[in-house]
Amino acid sequence: MWERIKQIVIKEFLQTLRDKRTRYVIIFPPLLQTIIFGFAVNLDVTTVRLGVMDLDRTHESRKLIDRFAAPASFELVAGATNEYEAQGLLDRGRVQALVRVPAGFGADVARGRQTEIQILVDGANSNTAALVSAYSSAVVASYNRELLTETQLKKLVSRTRYGPVKLSMPGVAAERRVWFNPELLSRNYFVPGVIVNIIMLVTLMLTALSIVREKEIGTMEQIMVTPIRPIELMLGKTIPFALIGMLNMVMITVAALLVFRVPFEGQVLLLVVATALFLLTTLGSGLFLSTLSGTQQQAMMSSFFFFQPAFMLSGFSFPIRNMPEPIQYLTFLNPMRYFMEVVRGVFLKGSGWDILWPQMLAMAVFGVVILTSSAMRFHKRLD
Amino acid sequence: MSFRRFRAVFKKEGLHIVRDPRSLTAALFVPIVMLLLFGYALTLDVDQVPTLIYDQDRTPESRALIEAFRGSRFFSVSETLGGHPAIRHEIDHDRALLGIVIPADFSRSLARDQEATIQLLLDGSDSNTASIAAGYAEALVMAYSAGVRDAALKRRGMGELKVPIDARVRVLYNRELKSKNFIVPGIIAVVLMIVSALLTSLTIAREWENGTMEQLLSTPVRPVELLMGKLCAYFVLGMADMAVSLIIGVGVFGVPLRGNILLLIVTSGLFLFGALCWGIFLSTVARSQLLAYQASIVTSFLPAFLLSGFIFAIENMPLVIQQFTRIFPSRYFVTILQGIFLKGTGLRVLWVEIVFLLVYAVIVFTVASRKMRQKVA
Repeated sequence: MWERIKQIVIKEFLQTLRDKRTRYVIIFPPLLQTIIFGFAVNLDVTTVRLGVMDLDRTHESRKLIDRFAAPASFELVAGATNEYEAQGLLDRGRVQALVRVPAGFGADVARGRQTEIQILVDGANSNTAALVSAYSSAVVASYNRELLTETQLKKLVSRTRYGPVKLSMPGVAAERRVWFNPELLSRNYFVPGVIVNIIMLVTLMLTALSIVREKEIGTMEQIMVTPIRPIELMLGKTIPFALIGMLNMVMITVAALLVFRVPFEGQVLLLVVATALFLLTTLGSGLFLSTLSGTQQQAMMSSFFFFQPAFMLSGFSFPIRNMPEPIQYLTFLNPMRYFMEVVRGVFLKGSGWDILWPQMLAMAVFGVVILTSSAMRFHKRLD
Repeated sequence: MSFRRFRAVFKKEGLHIVRDPRSLTAALFVPIVMLLLFGYALTLDVDQVPTLIYDQDRTPESRALIEAFRGSRFFSVSETLGGHPAIRHEIDHDRALLGIVIPADFSRSLARDQEATIQLLLDGSDSNTASIAAGYAEALVMAYSAGVRDAALKRRGMGELKVPIDARVRVLYNRELKSKNFIVPGIIAVVLMIVSALLTSLTIAREWENGTMEQLLSTPVRPVELLMGKLCAYFVLGMADMAVSLIIGVGVFGVPLRGNILLLIVTSGLFLFGALCWGIFLSTVARSQLLAYQASIVTSFLPAFLLSGFIFAIENMPLVIQQFTRIFPSRYFVTILQGIFLKGTGLRVLWVEIVFLLVYAVIVFTVASRKMRQKVA
């Protein structure tokens, strides 16, 4: 039996590697995706394009604007002199936020009167907008603190009869401590997840196609007249793709560590075992799709329509926590969800077996169920 | 070009689409599923962040701070007595994203007119959620702090201490910061790309593979008529998808449509036309369905999804990739869509993007029809 499986594995390897197109499928999409996800898929807001409409033009207003320009998060790109221009800057997307300083601002600040400025934020991209408004509020708040200590408190202190006394005020400060990804780089979050997407995409499609191809060009009949049994054929068909999936995992991990400098806190062994369990599920699904499709065309289409929702509901870019409850339950049926949690846990949190065992168990159960059921279907279709 | 022959090709292609259940489902089902997923299930909004508070102080002051967190829709608060290890445990198991530690001397510091420090412990692995959640938490603490300070001043009879500068942040275009308001319009671009690129990429290659191209060639149909007939069949399908997306987006999900609907339809048509020509071009060049299909995924679907600014803002990408996005029409179309839907802008602002779409459509159409003539003749 092992001899026959070995023969199929060799045949399958030769077939996969000989075909220029499948060679391309194994190497390029993983590389391309890693690069795109590493560099382009980014939810961080690094520099905000800021516009200014300064109707005051005093020393104080310039000082405030300098405060915005000082941290690396803002870049002054445009000025406006009237409402119309300001609206235009925002409409055209030339600026992401615009600070409007009213006339009389400087005088108010100098006299210690409360004054008001407006910060207009382009909300079209709600994610960016939330960060931009947090950044700009922080800038104004720190400027306020400075002004308070400088002017207001001085005034308060000078009012007492006993000369200048240090006046302390109660207050609450929040100290931020970030675990696992202290620089808050979204790259660290996305790049490990690419492993999940790629393994799914590559192994699912290759498995489905390789079997359907035999059916389509009629070589399936030839194989069936040989003494090979269906289970041997199945194993022989899936083992090469399991190896390719492992190889992809290693490739992306190396790229993540060397090119993108993603931290790797966990155990390598855990990652390898989890990958193997995940491969059970993807190969099983691939086999299943192959029993549904008659042509390579259909196999391609079905794997695309299988992959697309699985990808969306894996938590890769959209947190599962935010989904409506019924859909959250639905994601429990998605093997990508579990592997995504494992990969992120292993890379960023250094989580071990004690934390990740439920996910591993879920993948194992899912894998065994889908493999057996598609093996049975496969068997039936061959007999 | 004869109208009769064009109509014959158009009709034949339409029958093909209607008779092939898989492509028809692909064409009509995918947009609906995508819209429902994005409008209903997938959001980047940060609210109800699972928060675990460890209150070491247990005084009215610390309770007031916790109540402030409870009152905010951004946090879903639970409390623990287990201290740091408990917070660590919950964060490790993904059951909490934010831990807040209120120190034992919290109220004493406040009573002594000193600054008390609370700790925010964040799970940074999802950096986006973490930084937005931290921003909300800090703003909340700041407001609480101002309240404490005002109360202290009042107690001493010094009146209120007003913040010198009151910054009014006003969010334009999408006041409630709902991610679906910018994602749903963007989906129209992705949907049109799927329909046009994935389906058309197969149409000519299929004729070659099935050997029906030879039959077509033996008829008096000329290449341009063939191209136009196929284009128009898929154009109708694409515009139907566009209408479905528009109705679901505005009708079901309440995405605002502030601009001119006519401009929206015209620009969609323009974009669709260019995308269809590209699909047919690939199909003509590739000859095999598989290759055409893969090429169209890589050159049209992926860029529409990842490099168009539909979810991931282009300005946050590295400069090289920013320049790279300029060659894809979906980038311009997403700008137009977001402009028309959210900003209510019109031709005056969007003409640059529209001109690009026009130029792209003309170039791709010319190239596709020339290629078609070469291959067919």
